Amino acid sequence: MPASELLLSLADDELVVGWRDSEWTGIAPTLEEDVAFSSISQNEIGHARALYELAARELDTDADALAFDREPAEYRCAPLVELRLDDWAHTIARRYLYEEADRIRIGALMRSDDPELAGLAARIDREETYHRLHAEMWAARLHDEPRFRDAVGELWPAALGVLEPDLRPDLARRVGLGVMEATERGEHTPELVELWETMTEVRRSIPGAQW
Amino acid sequence: MVTAEQVWAAIGEVPDPEIPVVSLVELGVIRDVAVEGDRVRVELVPTFLGCPALEAMTRQVEQAIAGLGGEPEVAVITDEDWSTDRISEAGREKLRAAGFAPPAPRADGPTTLVQLTSKAFRCPYCGSTETRLENIFGPTPCRSLRFCESCRQPFEQFKTI
Repeated sequence: MPASELLLSLADDELVVGWRDSEWTGIAPTLEEDVAFSSISQNEIGHARALYELAARELDTDADALAFDREPAEYRCAPLVELRLDDWAHTIARRYLYEEADRIRIGALMRSDDPELAGLAARIDREETYHRLHAEMWAARLHDEPRFRDAVGELWPAALGVLEPDLRPDLARRVGLGVMEATERGEHTPELVELWETMTEVRRSIPGAQW
Repeated sequence: MVTAEQVWAAIGEVPDPEIPVVSLVELGVIRDVAVEGDRVRVELVPTFLGCPALEAMTRQVEQAIAGLGGEPEVAVITDEDWSTDRISEAGREKLRAAGFAPPAPRADGPTTLVQLTSKAFRCPYCGSTETRLENIFGPTPCRSLRFCESCRQPFEQFKTI
């Protein structure tokens, strides 16, 4: 896989999960979570920007064009991050599963032969530490709640699809579930198109707009 | 003709856009200054990758260099494993005096929940270590919220990264 394709899957995941989590800004169940979700989203979108910038050099474009000027079908994000989740159990289940998958993928990138990519991965990993602590606290708190367990089970095939097949057994071990048929990248959910319409509205109205 | 010393001194006067009690140099975000004729290249390492103050920092550094008569080029470096250990001693003292608890030194491994809930964090107002974690996240990505049980004062704690 060319480096830019890998970078785009990562960057698209971070942008879209950041966008989805930021939908809780102002309406999270507690003020603390409102702050936490806003801050986590800001970090994820910051990671997306850094990854897009690295990809943009190889593709001879810029980060904003990659983030906002592509058609929905060109995005490489995993279905897990695209879903519009309206309840807290599913939202926390996705945060937890996404962070567990991301931890494994970032760990693999930190061992990359490309020093720039390995350096950026190490940088992202430091910030993600705090997202993981947040997700772990919630997962521990909700562990025995049927709604949370059902949500984890429901999202599990999509969580596996965040990772390349060789990394999936690690995720299964960490989460305590089995490797099964994954919801793979490639086919997008209808929710992505809806999100894309909002996310790209300004750039589609005024090409090249910056803000 | 601009010298690197002049550039360091000028950037040393540029306040952090979010916490103006410390300068960008004290915050440790300036990694390198290179002067070639009139061209001045500065390497800036962001505290957090999503830091919204990054563009303001870049602009202010450019203005400081232009003020010396140099041609600025600010490169934002995201490949370095930046750490809060880069905040200078003077910077830490200024943060504390302004009510922000400076970051704890980096441990060998990543920060754990056990560390965050331990007695290692000192209240910047009264100095007590009887403080508890209120929220890992705060008003900006780089800070957490804690509460001092001794002086009953909430305060912001810099995250260690």
